Amino acid sequence: MNADTPILSLSFARARSRIRDTDRSLVFALILLAAIAIPCLLAPVAAPYDPNAQPDIVGLRSVPPSLAHPMGTDPVSRDVLSRLLYGGRLSLSVALFATLVSVTLGTAYGAIAGYTDGIAGTILERLLDALLAIPRLLLLIAIFALWRDIPITGFIVILGATGWYGLARLVRGQVLALKRQDFVASAAALGAGRMRILTRHILPNVTTPVIVAAMLGIGHIIVLEAGLSFLGLGVHQPTASWGNMIQDGSDQIANHWWISLFPGLAIILTVIAFNILGDALLRVLSPRQSRFE
Amino acid sequence: MAAFLVRRLIQGIVVVALVTTIVFVLIHLAPGDPFASAVSNPSITESIRASWRHAYGLDRPLGEQYLRYVANVFRGDLGFSFSLQRPVAAVLADALPNTILLMLLGLIAGFALGIAVAIAQVRNRGKALDKFLGGVSLTFFAVPDFWLALLLLVSLAYWVPIFPIGGATNPVMYDTFSPAEQVWDRARHVILPAATLALLYFPVIARHQRAALADALPSDYVTTARAKGVSEKTLIRRHALRNALLPIVTLLGIALPGLLTGAVFVERVFSWPGMGSVIVNSIHSRDYPLLTACVILGSAFVVAGSVIADVLYRLLDPRLRDER
Repeated sequence: MNADTPILSLSFARARSRIRDTDRSLVFALILLAAIAIPCLLAPVAAPYDPNAQPDIVGLRSVPPSLAHPMGTDPVSRDVLSRLLYGGRLSLSVALFATLVSVTLGTAYGAIAGYTDGIAGTILERLLDALLAIPRLLLLIAIFALWRDIPITGFIVILGATGWYGLARLVRGQVLALKRQDFVASAAALGAGRMRILTRHILPNVTTPVIVAAMLGIGHIIVLEAGLSFLGLGVHQPTASWGNMIQDGSDQIANHWWISLFPGLAIILTVIAFNILGDALLRVLSPRQSRFE
Repeated sequence: MAAFLVRRLIQGIVVVALVTTIVFVLIHLAPGDPFASAVSNPSITESIRASWRHAYGLDRPLGEQYLRYVANVFRGDLGFSFSLQRPVAAVLADALPNTILLMLLGLIAGFALGIAVAIAQVRNRGKALDKFLGGVSLTFFAVPDFWLALLLLVSLAYWVPIFPIGGATNPVMYDTFSPAEQVWDRARHVILPAATLALLYFPVIARHQRAALADALPSDYVTTARAKGVSEKTLIRRHALRNALLPIVTLLGIALPGLLTGAVFVERVFSWPGMGSVIVNSIHSRDYPLLTACVILGSAFVVAGSVIADVLYRLLDPRLRDER
């Protein structure tokens, strides 16, 4: 044991009591997320039918919810529940990995831009301003419409690579403020190199806003993926995603509402869960910022 | 203030120029061109396609095309739309007013609703109503825009047919209407899409406004007013709200481009003849000049939004005026 131990365990105890007192919402969000994600991840086992099977295009076309098909079937007789589970697996993984890409890029760029002084720092800042001024949705629509056959990995990378500017600005601001603090000066006085100061002393202090931004980012990407798939530009048929399932039913929503309703509800519940989780994590991880809540 | 404005505008122009370059290169790097796939008539031979490409200058080197495009834009010529066979400027002049009308109505209604919800929440801090309204805001925040549009369309224009199902005017009867009827017809068509945008936007406003109000309430000037015997209602409206509006102004700037792209989905669902439809069509027909102009316009919105927010900020908070 070294000298740090008591302080460390004290802060853990404080975090634990905070979870107990204030954050039933954290537990709620985690249960909601588990209730959505676990069946989706177990889709091959949990789904009652093959998501792409079209058993009877005429007889089983757009059948309303029943015991055999709890969420009905779509216009080509596929089971909506099975597609919802497989589509959820895809939508959730796309969102998770794309967020991973954007968090990595955003944190790295923001940290470097915030830590670099002089002209180089100014150039990095201005470049970020320019990137922030590109309307993301327009850019994504253009990319996916011009390159039609992008595989799913490319789709994830592009979604992530266009979504890190806001986070980079957030991290840059934090790093700018942190690098003037005394603990950075004392680390430098002890002979720590620039790289060591940045990775060991400054970056650990920006983890909370990054984690919270990532939670909100996942929700945002789920909606974005759905929107692109709705325009026919994201995940292509026959692969199910929540977005293209809404698209499947959008022409006939007045008569066959179940085709579009369930994937929409799934998106709403998932995004709500990630938002509550983000808020709760902010409260647990940085009690100072949330005292007035 | 003037120097500040000039500097911000110059910065803005540089940003828009950068975006233009990126988009121009991106569009021309993509495989295919407007004449490779758009016209799949077997009697159109490769030489006809080549002559079309020549007519629109698409056979020249990319650098030359770029310089020509930039020079034309500076002369106020946005090019000629391949797919619609009209000048790009004319297409935008038709579509933009419709989108701006929709955006403004959505923005005003969204702000009004958001501020009203925040005030109701703060007046009932910690009570059931506060939590309920917070839950409603969060739900609308999580709703995908096109899904909400579809839901409103099918419930209020089809199941309960109060509103027309789409478009900006009655396509058959509009020209025969009297001026008063024409206004009424336009209003009926705009309500549903504008309400969709407002419902999508109010949660963001409500959330920030609630936090700002909750921040302002413990201030000394609020305590003073309370000690003077000012009623809780006036306290929030005249004292706290005025200061708590400041952070919301920043949101106005961010909202502008968000509404432009948010309108893409809402316009598509409601067949609203605005920028959203133009953007989607220009992509499907690979209409380079039209698409480039749309993206430039989009980024100009972003820049304009942030400049407007900065200026409003300075107008509302005298302390900031002296800063550079």
